[in-house]
Amino acid sequence: MRYAMVIDTKKCVGCSDCVVACQTENKVPIGYARDWVVEVTTGTYPHLQMEIRSERCNQCENAPCVRCCPTGSSHYSTGGIVLVKPRRCIGCGACITSCPYDARFPHPKGHVDKCTFCDHRIKEGNQPACVEVCPTRCMYFGNLDDPGSEVSKLLRQRRYKTLIPEAGTKPHLYFLT
Amino acid sequence: MNPMIDPQLNIWHWHIPLYLFLGGLAAGILFFAALYTIQGKEKLYPAAVKRAPFITPFILVIGLLALLLDLNNKPYFWQLYTTLRLESPMSWGAWTLMVVTPISFIWCALNIREIFPSFDWKYRWIKRLESFFTKYKIAMSWVLLIFSVILGIYTGILFSAFNARPLWNTSILGPLFLASGLSTGAAYIMLVSRSHAERVMFSKIDIVLIGIELFLIIHMFMGFLASTQVQIDAAGLFLGGPYTVVFWVFVVFLGMVLPAILEVLELNKFRVPVLIPGLLVLFGGLMFRFVIAYAGQASRWLY
Repeated sequence: MRYAMVIDTKKCVGCSDCVVACQTENKVPIGYARDWVVEVTTGTYPHLQMEIRSERCNQCENAPCVRCCPTGSSHYSTGGIVLVKPRRCIGCGACITSCPYDARFPHPKGHVDKCTFCDHRIKEGNQPACVEVCPTRCMYFGNLDDPGSEVSKLLRQRRYKTLIPEAGTKPHLYFLT
Repeated sequence: MNPMIDPQLNIWHWHIPLYLFLGGLAAGILFFAALYTIQGKEKLYPAAVKRAPFITPFILVIGLLALLLDLNNKPYFWQLYTTLRLESPMSWGAWTLMVVTPISFIWCALNIREIFPSFDWKYRWIKRLESFFTKYKIAMSWVLLIFSVILGIYTGILFSAFNARPLWNTSILGPLFLASGLSTGAAYIMLVSRSHAERVMFSKIDIVLIGIELFLIIHMFMGFLASTQVQIDAAGLFLGGPYTVVFWVFVVFLGMVLPAILEVLELNKFRVPVLIPGLLVLFGGLMFRFVIAYAGQASRWLY
């Protein structure tokens, strides 16, 4: 099983509901966020092109954060989700530095925090909070190893990209373009 | 938004570069101490073998304290020593420190009479320990020789293991930090030495090491400029970017070229106070760690 998230940049309007849903669901301390919205505008006026992306931890298959963690606190969990064991985390910052997506941050309690794909919700058969709440339904969550899953179908049918594939991290966040 | 996501990541502050400098300096001093003990040249280089290592336990402890202060989850630091992960330089580096730091204390204890000639241990078991370590001094020196090299090189590998920071992501950084650590070690030995012959020897060693450093730096930039856009941008931080002046003036000129010139002049019978090149090399080593630590965090992938 390999969990992945597919996000349709053509449908996303950048409302940031995913950010607020995550902060509420995961009790993310004020001033921090596990996901965020990026707007990229290219071209020169009036010939402009805009892309909006809801970004978070890419749950990499070859995760630099897991590799550099000196205590084994960062680890691969079920479905390839990268998780942090707070009680093993010394807060050294190596994983924060190692992440090309800058997806991690130091939690005020001391350990490092990041997106978990809402693994506590997945276990109960629910979707991650950000996916559940999206008003344009531009986000999809599922198993890449299941050819019948919605994410697999979308990746077969649509054009997509991953972020910084050249970093060799094998990200599990796909953006439909 | 995370203060760490936008606009720029800056998770490591002064603690890390200070520790890297002190760790490299200790590694350099202990390397020469072990080397000349193995070669049986204690009489020829008394400062390198006996006097200089006295500073190493202190700077290692200060460095370790800086590392501890840097942790966000300080009470959990011991988790480092519940596992050994070879993939993580920080993990095996922490274990290397666990080998080098105790040896640095033992080394000082064995040479304590160099500083206090009439010193005597009060308890018999300490005396027994002393004679034990004196007996196995050569074996201990070999361990120290190997682990001081590992300590010196790991400080660079720690950075080079991060592919997310293109400036650090070069394997040249390990040898470069090792050369810099040995150079600062040689400079410190030069500063505390009382014999002219020893100073001349370490002056020569330092010139060679500075030459190696300069070669590695040029080699590093050649590699960056011949590489991908992110590496070209990383090199740009030093070639016209915000770190240009601080790197070329303070690190390369004041910390390497000038002391090397002064040392060459001294070898050619000009009278140069040893204090000047020695302190310049130490200053350059410290600046080098700070510049690399901060510039590395400013370098990133484009997207």
